[in-house]
Amino acid sequence: MTAPLLTIKNLTVTFPTPKGPVEVVRGISFSLGRERLGIVGESGSGKSMTGRSILKLIRPPGRVTADEMVFDGIDLMGLRERRMRELRGARISMVMQDPKFSLNPVMTVGEQIGEALQTHRPMPRRQLRARVLEMLEAVRINEPERVADLYPHEVSGGMGQRVMIAMMLIPEPDLLIADEPTSALDVSVQAQVLDIIDELVRRNGMGLILISHDLGLVARYCDRILVMNGGAIVEECAARDLDKARHPYTRGLLAAMPRMDEDREELPVLDRTAWAAT
Amino acid sequence: MNAIELARLDIAYGPARVVHDVSLTVAEGESFALVGESGSGKSTILKAITGLAPEWTGEISVLGNPRAHRPDRGFAKTCQMVFQDPYGSLHPRKTVDDCLAEPLAVHGVGGRDERVKAALAAVGLDRRFRFRYPHQLSGGQRQRVAIARALMLEPRILLLDEPTSALDVSVQAEILNLLKKLRRAEGLTYLLVTHNLPVVSFLCDRLAVMRHGRIVEVAHVEALKTGRLADPYSRELYAASGGTLQPA
Repeated sequence: MTAPLLTIKNLTVTFPTPKGPVEVVRGISFSLGRERLGIVGESGSGKSMTGRSILKLIRPPGRVTADEMVFDGIDLMGLRERRMRELRGARISMVMQDPKFSLNPVMTVGEQIGEALQTHRPMPRRQLRARVLEMLEAVRINEPERVADLYPHEVSGGMGQRVMIAMMLIPEPDLLIADEPTSALDVSVQAQVLDIIDELVRRNGMGLILISHDLGLVARYCDRILVMNGGAIVEECAARDLDKARHPYTRGLLAAMPRMDEDREELPVLDRTAWAAT
Repeated sequence: MNAIELARLDIAYGPARVVHDVSLTVAEGESFALVGESGSGKSTILKAITGLAPEWTGEISVLGNPRAHRPDRGFAKTCQMVFQDPYGSLHPRKTVDDCLAEPLAVHGVGGRDERVKAALAAVGLDRRFRFRYPHQLSGGQRQRVAIARALMLEPRILLLDEPTSALDVSVQAEILNLLKKLRRAEGLTYLLVTHNLPVVSFLCDRLAVMRHGRIVEVAHVEALKTGRLADPYSRELYAASGGTLQPA
């Protein structure tokens, strides 16, 4: 086996509060190869903070510490902000939850996608335009010529999310972090967007971290799953073995989801007192 | 008697017509779901019933009484609505007690103290929450308050607009259980809007699938549970939600 793409040891994220510092991520460790890793958990479990700290996007007063955070041989913890900026987008990029708030409203779709590439690899304008159109096609947008000249408010949510994916993948990064990439989308569009991410990740041999609260979705699109609760990883398993999960929290989450062929009179509710202290 | 009857209902926002020729009936005591993608007009139907979307033509009648085109005070006693986002639907500067007592004050109902206590108990909130502000509550607790507020005037119909989609899975389970229990205890009629088909399986008797402002299919929940929906679009929606299709 080759060296992992990303290794994290004892990552902790702390925020100060009037009642003293609160640890939102409590010393988690994991490593990632060129594979698809899912991080699941409920709100406040620290899953998004984990994703953001890999890109060093947590601003003071938040504090990130780790014994080790190495991406492809580069020590991220010791990296200066300037060098970090060269890495962001070019080698590690992130798809955010809501295209409405993450795209620049006063730039056309094509300009934004082009900017993402131009920043890291300057090239003549004509060549850039061709790459942008090619990328829009890769995310299955019909009439890329027309869509490239639209502004974000002129495209639908699903299309906006595909534009964001195009923007994040055009510099051909090695690692893509997708933080709830489809939560703002309709179910029918969700599958489409995830299929596109999946296809591009496989084709380019990238690593993917898919962060979501939806266990079923993560199980469908990932190889390996980390379940987080209260800032800690409570369970790690292969996606296909999710139904054999052993931790009471994971089992509780699985049971609490209504099923399509639901015939239970009542849904089991998590007993938070049992392990909330962990 | 039918709880809700819609006939040839068209609804517009200004020049845009968003709901076209919708007819459906919901029996008293039934739990009925409207499902579909965003923009399919499902929430707009709830708004028209409550009087929040006044530009409609056709007929709307609730418990046998035709609805007028504006909000009316008496209607609030028969039909109430619970909104999607519990963070946005409670007044941030009013305590839970103020929020629950307000409908009683507006309608001149006495015995407020007892009624507020009873409502909190009904939705499973401890008494110590009574004098808290919304920001001191979690999402699930806020949704409980919103449901309690809707129940203050003892309505017979609840309109539920995505009541659990802003909540975590484990909290969603608690709220769904609560809604199921309340319906059984009070004999309520539900008209639920959602895009989550498994929630419909758990909570509803029948469903209507909507697309582009029209109903494409009305089905019994059994058809949903067994994957035997008939319309091609309903089947597409079903497959996208992770269901395994069976021949219709």
